Amino acid sequence: MDVLYFAWVRERIGLPREKVESNASTVAELVAELRGREERYDVAFSDLSALRVAVDQELTDFDASLQGAREVAFFPPMTGG
Amino acid sequence: MRVVVQEEPFDLAAETARFAEGEGGSGAIVTFTGVVRDLDDAPLEAMEIEHYPGMTEKALRKIAEQAVARFNLQDVLVIHRYGRLIPGAQIMMVATAARHRRSAFDAADFLMDYLKSRAPFWKREITAKGESWVAAKDEDEAALERW
Repeated sequence: MDVLYFAWVRERIGLPREKVESNASTVAELVAELRGREERYDVAFSDLSALRVAVDQELTDFDASLQGAREVAFFPPMTGG
Repeated sequence: MRVVVQEEPFDLAAETARFAEGEGGSGAIVTFTGVVRDLDDAPLEAMEIEHYPGMTEKALRKIAEQAVARFNLQDVLVIHRYGRLIPGAQIMMVATAARHRRSAFDAADFLMDYLKSRAPFWKREITAKGESWVAAKDEDEAALERW
């Protein structure tokens, strides 16, 4: 699946998007896998209360299923308007 | 209903006139425009707005559809910019058309509350002292509970 990062999450991880091969069944499991990769991921995901997630461009929560998901995005709370 | 996400400036007067032209029978049109404001402590050089292409358009459309249904709008327009903006620049606008003014005002207020916290935009302020991401405010999230 494609994993996308925006705003300071993108800056901390150091890239805007990447292909990730994962068997994670939920967003939380994917986060745990990413945190185990390298310190920059671990730091970016250290406080989930400061993050939001979208699966296939719909806002959801960290318990959400990844079954059939093609795109997962992580970002800070939005500041539109 | 029209939802636009663009980098270039929009013409507020022309957009408002175009919106109003199609709404002869509505009775009430409200527009709101968001403008880049200067900072209190250090002069703002620019504001950069990042967004999530694809999701942004979907999220704005969904919010606009909710406003139409909830406030029985005749029409709605949302324009939101991204990219580098200087102080005084127009960031976004909404226009609502309804039979009566209360619905048009409330719908514009509803749209703004949801655009702030549920549309995937992130603002970054650039000053002589450095750059920083604008943090979401608790009160912006709390504002959604009004609806």
